[in-house]
Amino acid sequence: MTGEAKVPDRKGAIWIVAEQAGGKLAPVSLEILGQALRMAREAGGGEVAAVLVGKDAGALAGELAACGADKVFLADDRRLSPYQNDTHGAVLAKLIEREDPGVVLFGASACGEELAPTVAARLDTGLGAHCTDLDLSADGLLMMGVLGFGGRVHTEMFCPMRRPQMASVKPGMFQPAPRGERTGTVVREDVAGLLEGERIRLRAVKVVQEEPGGVPLEGAEVVVAGGFGIGGKEPWALLEDLARELSGAVGCTRPALDEGWTPGDHTMIGTSGKTVRPKVYLGFGISGSPHHMVGIKDAGVIVSVNNDPRAPVFESSDYCVVSDFRKIVPALLREIRKVKGGDVGQPSLV
Amino acid sequence: MSGFHIVVLVKPVPDPGCYDRVEIDPATGVLARQGMPSVLNPSDRHALEEALVLQERHGGRVTLVSMTPESSAETLREALAMGGDEAVVLSDRVFAGSDSLATSRVLAAGIAKVAPFDLVLAGNESADGGTVHVPSQVGELLGVAHLANVIRLEVDADGSVRARTRIENGYVEVEGAFPMVLGVRREINTPRYTSLMGVIASQGKPIRVLGAEDLGVDRSGVGMEGSNMRPGKLSRPSYRRKGERVKGDPEEAVLRIVGILRAEGVLG
Repeated sequence: MTGEAKVPDRKGAIWIVAEQAGGKLAPVSLEILGQALRMAREAGGGEVAAVLVGKDAGALAGELAACGADKVFLADDRRLSPYQNDTHGAVLAKLIEREDPGVVLFGASACGEELAPTVAARLDTGLGAHCTDLDLSADGLLMMGVLGFGGRVHTEMFCPMRRPQMASVKPGMFQPAPRGERTGTVVREDVAGLLEGERIRLRAVKVVQEEPGGVPLEGAEVVVAGGFGIGGKEPWALLEDLARELSGAVGCTRPALDEGWTPGDHTMIGTSGKTVRPKVYLGFGISGSPHHMVGIKDAGVIVSVNNDPRAPVFESSDYCVVSDFRKIVPALLREIRKVKGGDVGQPSLV
Repeated sequence: MSGFHIVVLVKPVPDPGCYDRVEIDPATGVLARQGMPSVLNPSDRHALEEALVLQERHGGRVTLVSMTPESSAETLREALAMGGDEAVVLSDRVFAGSDSLATSRVLAAGIAKVAPFDLVLAGNESADGGTVHVPSQVGELLGVAHLANVIRLEVDADGSVRARTRIENGYVEVEGAFPMVLGVRREINTPRYTSLMGVIASQGKPIRVLGAEDLGVDRSGVGMEGSNMRPGKLSRPSYRRKGERVKGDPEEAVLRIVGILRAEGVLG
């Protein structure tokens, strides 16, 4: 940043746009709230507010207040469920114009990555996409860290001349705000007034949630991940056996997803997938592209198994096993079952 | 004219297979990507495929619109070889350094130039920047309905649209009508291969180049000057860890892994 005339005098509140899924706050919403509270504290104070747009969301608004939001703007109306960018975009843009916050943070969920640019275009302001780090200076300038070129380049982005400064934040990047005993204020909004004069051109007619089975990747203490080196759907089942035995979750890289070996894109880890922070990450047949490694950088211990001793993944691992996963995984399953004192059965594909 | 006019937004990007060649010049701190070949942005192929399927079903025209330096315009021949009737390249020095909103302003002006349109299809994200902003922001600027993350599309002859969009662990069915801007994800279809006939046909298809003046865009709203977002420091993130080689045969390695799992408190 050189020679820019900044707009430093107005700090303004930090807002987070909260999202709900299946009657619960989305984990990423509590993560951005946690980071907003940290940034406000480090920048010497300032208000942190949440905005919640939906239907029958009063209890969740209370939860946001209990998690540290000083104020929760609640737009609660049957027209706001399910999510739809015409309605949500209009309500958010109008609230932001009225309240004039300094920073607005969105989760980079599927909805967030559509809603954030919609609102940014309506307000003619800047938007950092899928940020992996955020920092707020004392004069209120937001540093938005973004990754490009498959995780190989990190760029600091700024929005020096416009307010609010807006960012969407990748899930899994920040520690969630803990639930406390704080009681912020819930402000109920007049939704009819906010939607007045808006053209609603789209109609969401059906929402289908396919709850994936097993342990969710984001919360798993053990992640068992596989890459292109797994080679097929049948050997992939070995990884699922191992994850199950460890009460962990299965993750994958982009090539394994593209080959159709995995249960679906909710299992992908990396720049365009999920970020995980397990205690132990076990990777098999993974080459180690930055695209994937960025998604596991906060793992406690990284153990990689690959039969190519020159695989780049080894540089980014704590423990490196040069071997065929077909030998390692079945033996590992036997050993784990022995330790757990359970049945020492024969796993498939030995 | 019968059938729809579909605009497909396409972008030449540095070949994702060459990303390990991306360097940051230590003296200037600027990204050096010389010698990286341009390819058609992967998810744009899916947008084009969807447009071609609609054209086959309903007739009409497919126009490719791209904001790119003129030097990358030949990459559009590849898209024209897949199908599509003509390409319009939006190219001007003043466009350089545009953030997603400034880029969307240029694209919206380009679309207005080839209007009227029924549908604008775009890849959901580009491989290099990957913001997922452009479909929504172009839609906002054109003042029409828009959706990102589209994984299924049905269009009736009267222009009514039923789209399926991806959400976390599920999907939403959305109804609307033309005009519309849709960002499509790669699971929507399998793009066709380019045929030899397609390559030959593409040579005869026009590529029009339009600059800021042709588009009538306000120069203060495009390029670095017109961008709300400004880049700061660039760096190469490091994911390096201790990289300890586990010695011994597989049985020994397995005992070591079990030891690690126990030490971390996730087993027994």
